[in-house]
Amino acid sequence: MLTRDPAANDRRIEALLLHREIEEFNTAYAAALDEQRLDDWAEMFTEDAFYVVISRENADRNLPVGLIYCENKGMIHDRAFALKNTEMFAPRYLRHIVGNLQVLGEEPNGDIRARANYVVVQVLFDRPDAKLHQIGVYYDRFRRVDDRLKLAERRCVYDNLLVDNALCLPV
Amino acid sequence: MADPAIAQPYEWPSDDLTVIPDWVYTDETIYAREVERIFHGPTWNYVALEAEIATPGDYIRSNVGPTPVVVARAEDGSIAVVENRCMHRAAEFCRELSGTAKEFICPYHQWTYDLKGNLIGVPFRRGVAGKGGMPADFEPAEHGLRRLNVTTHCGVVFASYADGMEPFADYLGPEVLREFEATFDGRKLTLLGHYRHSLPGNWKLYHENLKDPYHATLLHTFLVTFGLLVAGNRSLMLTDASGRHGVMASAKSDARALTGDAKKEMRSFKEGMKLREARFMDFIEEFDSPWSVTMATIWPNLIVQREMNTLGIRQIVPTGPHEFIMKWTMFGFEGDDEAMRRHRLRQGNLMGPAGFLGLEDNEAIKFVQDGMRSVPGGEHLVKLDPKTPAGTADTLISEAAIRAMYRHWREAMEL
Repeated sequence: MLTRDPAANDRRIEALLLHREIEEFNTAYAAALDEQRLDDWAEMFTEDAFYVVISRENADRNLPVGLIYCENKGMIHDRAFALKNTEMFAPRYLRHIVGNLQVLGEEPNGDIRARANYVVVQVLFDRPDAKLHQIGVYYDRFRRVDDRLKLAERRCVYDNLLVDNALCLPV
Repeated sequence: MADPAIAQPYEWPSDDLTVIPDWVYTDETIYAREVERIFHGPTWNYVALEAEIATPGDYIRSNVGPTPVVVARAEDGSIAVVENRCMHRAAEFCRELSGTAKEFICPYHQWTYDLKGNLIGVPFRRGVAGKGGMPADFEPAEHGLRRLNVTTHCGVVFASYADGMEPFADYLGPEVLREFEATFDGRKLTLLGHYRHSLPGNWKLYHENLKDPYHATLLHTFLVTFGLLVAGNRSLMLTDASGRHGVMASAKSDARALTGDAKKEMRSFKEGMKLREARFMDFIEEFDSPWSVTMATIWPNLIVQREMNTLGIRQIVPTGPHEFIMKWTMFGFEGDDEAMRRHRLRQGNLMGPAGFLGLEDNEAIKFVQDGMRSVPGGEHLVKLDPKTPAGTADTLISEAAIRAMYRHWREAMEL
């Protein structure tokens, strides 16, 4: 609801627009992974982006090991490239659901901190069930590059400590 | 009288170990016998790294075979491994993955044990107002947690249900021990984190995968495409005298040493296949060993991964014939600088449940179990390299180490 204070209204509208823009980003991110467009996925990161898929067990204890550990966009690109060209795994469908977005604030350099819950459901072709493959939280830093949001950091902290066999595609 | 039509014969198809029957991997009776004779039998089972229980009171949950245990550092600095099962009503009392405690209290009726598993408290043991309570002749000393035998070697902790086990060095044998000590070389370990995953396959398939160098260049396109393993790499598939342990070893080639022709062929194979950040596959020399990669399979539940500079323990926890859990403990060394720590973490992308090599192994093992479950009465062929009936092989194209493992398995299982 708008107030009589135009400056406060502007701040509120800006916050709503940013919230909406990040939601749209996350929706596009999920679509790229669901459709296994891994090159498009890699392009959603900044050149210096940090991307890690890490168990809550490790994250809570400040242990750094991640299932996937990328220190820059080159490594994110290599992950996409290798999955497409060299990796053997059974075909599958994935569905990423992202919700509960919270925009947490701005860093001194202008990066925007946010978090969102995520769920990844996996379907193998010879099983009737859609299995909960990952459930966790994205801890993010977004940066505006050429007027578009990109991820400068995405830490996927998953709750399901016992991973079902293999994590073949990114989260 | 037993109906011969439904009596499972468990007969080995031939004497030369080149054919393995599916029931080895799928049968519940066989699995139960493995728990009894192998995991609970005369074996040293990996349970923890000393670095995880550095201080008195530190404990970590672990397993010996499927059986949950707690590994704790007692006040006197010794290590106790006890079953995670209260002596009263069998409750698995310890629920945290790890922690620090003065004593263990079962939450159900608060029976209390010290860090070595001695029963030190039974609430209302004498009853209330002269009524109830335990019998007068109840001896707490006789109701401590079930305790396993413990040994350590170079900071790695092992437990055994069997009394009178040989020392760990003798258990490994000199050749496998040398490789074990090349990885655990006396530097203090630092913990980098865990992976845990469940694999829908028989636990032995994981040993076999690492005693099967044949698959490495075929399944793992990544290895070949990006030059980690190429024709002409020096390699060895070592087994100990008993056949139960193994080490798959290879040395990364110096690209300059390759002939012009081989280079040409490799270049054509790699055309258009280039990584942007290939440095993550660099090998930084740090071990007293001719090998840049060793995968040691220590019977029955441990794999020691030294994949160049990414180092890890893999602990097998079987949960039935068709599934096992793998717990990974990734580590570095005290004295690693920030650059080395990061290098180990980057190189970790090769292994684990999402590793460029690791995920393919998991998928392959699942495919094998799927194949057996749908076709009853089948058999596996392990005939490669007939010149080496069972044991150490100096060619990648060999299954001699798998045969050696089954020679031992059949003895242990009396089958």
